[in-house]
Amino acid sequence: MAEGIKDRVAIVGMGCTKFGENWDKSADDMMVEAAYEAYEDAGIEPKDIDAAWYGTTSSGSTGGPVAGALKLQYVPITRVENACATASDALRNASYAVASRVCDIALAIGVDKLKDTGFSGLGSAGGIMDAGVRPSTTAPGMFAMMATKYFFRYGLSPDEGKRMIGLVSVKSHHNGTLNPKAHFQREVSLETVLKAPIIAWPLGLFDCCGVSDGSAAAIVVRAEDAKKFRPDPVRIKALQMSVGNEGLVRSDYDYTHVESTWQAGLKAYEEAGVKTPREEIGMAEVHDCFSITEAVTMEDLQFSPRGEVRADIESGFFNLDGGLPVQPDGGLKCFGHPIGASGLRMIYEMYKQIQGKAGPRQLKNPKLGLTHNLGGAPPACTIFVGIYGE
Amino acid sequence: MAGIRSYGAYIPLHRLPRSQIATAWAVAPQAGEKAVRNFDEDSITMATAAAIDCLRGIDRSAVDALYFATSTSPYTERQGSSIIASALDLPSSVRTVDFGNSLRCGMEAVAAAMDAINAGSATNVLVTVADTRIGAAQGEFEQSFGDGAAALLLSKDGVIATMLGSYSMTVPIMDRWRAEGDAFVRAWEDRWTIDEGYNKFLPQAAAGVLKKLGLEPKDLAKAAYYGPSARRHGGIARRMGLEEAQVQDSLFNTVGDTGAALSLMILVAALEEAKAGDKVLCVGYGNGASAFVVEVTPAIEKARDRRGIRQNLASKRYLANFEKYLRWRELVTFSAAARPERVPISVAALWRDTDQVLPLHGAKCKVCGTQQYPPQRVCIVCHSKDQFDPVTLSDHKATIFTFTHDNLAASADPPMTVTVVDFDGGGRGIFNMTDREPQEVQVGQQVEMTFRKLYLDRGVHNYYWKTMPARG
Repeated sequence: MAEGIKDRVAIVGMGCTKFGENWDKSADDMMVEAAYEAYEDAGIEPKDIDAAWYGTTSSGSTGGPVAGALKLQYVPITRVENACATASDALRNASYAVASRVCDIALAIGVDKLKDTGFSGLGSAGGIMDAGVRPSTTAPGMFAMMATKYFFRYGLSPDEGKRMIGLVSVKSHHNGTLNPKAHFQREVSLETVLKAPIIAWPLGLFDCCGVSDGSAAAIVVRAEDAKKFRPDPVRIKALQMSVGNEGLVRSDYDYTHVESTWQAGLKAYEEAGVKTPREEIGMAEVHDCFSITEAVTMEDLQFSPRGEVRADIESGFFNLDGGLPVQPDGGLKCFGHPIGASGLRMIYEMYKQIQGKAGPRQLKNPKLGLTHNLGGAPPACTIFVGIYGE
Repeated sequence: MAGIRSYGAYIPLHRLPRSQIATAWAVAPQAGEKAVRNFDEDSITMATAAAIDCLRGIDRSAVDALYFATSTSPYTERQGSSIIASALDLPSSVRTVDFGNSLRCGMEAVAAAMDAINAGSATNVLVTVADTRIGAAQGEFEQSFGDGAAALLLSKDGVIATMLGSYSMTVPIMDRWRAEGDAFVRAWEDRWTIDEGYNKFLPQAAAGVLKKLGLEPKDLAKAAYYGPSARRHGGIARRMGLEEAQVQDSLFNTVGDTGAALSLMILVAALEEAKAGDKVLCVGYGNGASAFVVEVTPAIEKARDRRGIRQNLASKRYLANFEKYLRWRELVTFSAAARPERVPISVAALWRDTDQVLPLHGAKCKVCGTQQYPPQRVCIVCHSKDQFDPVTLSDHKATIFTFTHDNLAASADPPMTVTVVDFDGGGRGIFNMTDREPQEVQVGQQVEMTFRKLYLDRGVHNYYWKTMPARG
């Protein structure tokens, strides 16, 4: 009979670089920075790492780059790629490894050096050669379709809809001003958001996260060993993934929610023993690649009732000083999205918050933290949901 | 007796007043406006559209040959008629032939079709003709040329206009021509091309067919014939012994000189207004001239539901500006968008996917009845494996479920509009939308499918379907 992962694995060290246009740093440079911060945080030496999981979408293949950058020679290293869930999935694999007792100390490290591509926006995923007939719409284009349908379904005028999603970005930008590791650390007014150039209607410049560079790392051990490393380890309560793509072909997919998020949430709450998410989850980092994605995710994770996230956004429920702070570190909106690293950057914030080390962003009593990643496009998503606590 | 069983036509949605071209180059404007194909259209896509119009209400399995005629084929070694036949979902037993290289090629395709039918080697031959010639900037042809297509179904059965007979003459004159690799049409001096070419040979072919059939010009209800400009077209009427009322409008002021397609487009316009008993002359010109005469039958009343010329003419939008024309014809070099290069097409994968790409086949599950696109091996609803019948979706109407206008994606008609649509009868697809005004696109809007070219990459013209607001 399968058991969940709750309280079987603990994070004992984490590191995270500043995210942004790190022109002077290669992917290797950033991995060294993130890993060594994590080693110091955990009080271990590099040679203590038994195995590593390496998340990246464009900065390397096989585990070779990690062996090279960190001088981790002759240990198992697996490269993980699962779109925007890459870094979190690296953590999930590392956690399963220590929980299964095949190793004691595992490293999960993610990195992407997207600014080296020179592209505006994300490049195309995979580069798979096929018939070449699918519309070459961009990521903003695909999520814009969810915004259009959400506004239509719930009777929001274009202005009402734009305001709803605009407030999401305003809130995140405020949190970013409190975070020295964020790329963008400035306030943005709602007026600026609403007047910004349209990228893919109705999403404007400030409804879309940027492209950036960054790396983050986590060191995991079995929970029963955690106190040997530090007095305040963070325990993993749930690690769930849900991959669905039937929304591409099924005519009954509504484009106003992401079914895989809903399913991953159900499984994560069950694994962690959470019965009332809106009350029991104290903080969350969710995938705000686009403002509409965050808004819909609030409903898909059961933070807001279906079709009613607008009221919670307007009331400030998700603000740093609200009932359920979302993106306390500034989110993808302020960090950008080096795909291979983002999941671990989110977990880094949850980790620091639970340990009381989030500085000016510190929440009073965070209890449980949740991270969520969404890869793909609304009809076909790869979702990660993780829950963490003391 | 054999003859025309059905007709169809296609004129691109967009028009450009000739005065806008003239203003750009500070030259004298020719009259009227020209039809300008979108960036995603070529001879093959337009010929397909005309063929679809022609085959409305006709069982496509009856077609046993398809002739495609053009002087502007996108390929020099790949058969356009084969692509069109697949887009029309015709079986591989259909004989496909490409005719080309002169503006008379459409007329010759009709003659060959009649020969095949009269010899008994074919029963229903679809002839579809399209041209996309362009003239170099600042010249006469840049203004006078237009884009368009016409299609005729020739048959022994259900004839709406009987073919009385035809006549042709070959003249290796180089009045207007292109050599391989030439982007723009070349011509000798205008007066010479008209005096020694057009004015001499077109009337000779007209006279030749009338004499062969024992007819006089006064026996004709209408004459549908090629003309390089309204002036030359009108001027030749008297040479042919025609009264003004007998001359079918040259389409010059509303469409332009559509090359190989023109004489047949004018013929379609004549048939739209014709009644039983009318004799209609059709003359094409190019390295000589070809002519035929048809006599309209009472069955013509059944063909009145085609879009033909009339509806295509009425359904139009003006190009925002002349620069759009330069952009769509790729006459200007654009700075590259900071976007990844396109992944090369796998021709093997494209071939394997042909049915879902060219005739737009979906699949209907035999177990639960769910129609789905693209075809799956495992049903999306009941998960039955390999229990499907193909469904041709290209003729289905669809409704927009959601959409976006994407400014980040590179497009020659920005923004890139992408629609998620539900087909009538079931099945959902995601397609680019074309020939649309962005502000007018709405959730719930009804659209039709149109055969277009996505892009040219490494020598592959990649054809597929897009959605568009219904025309007419």
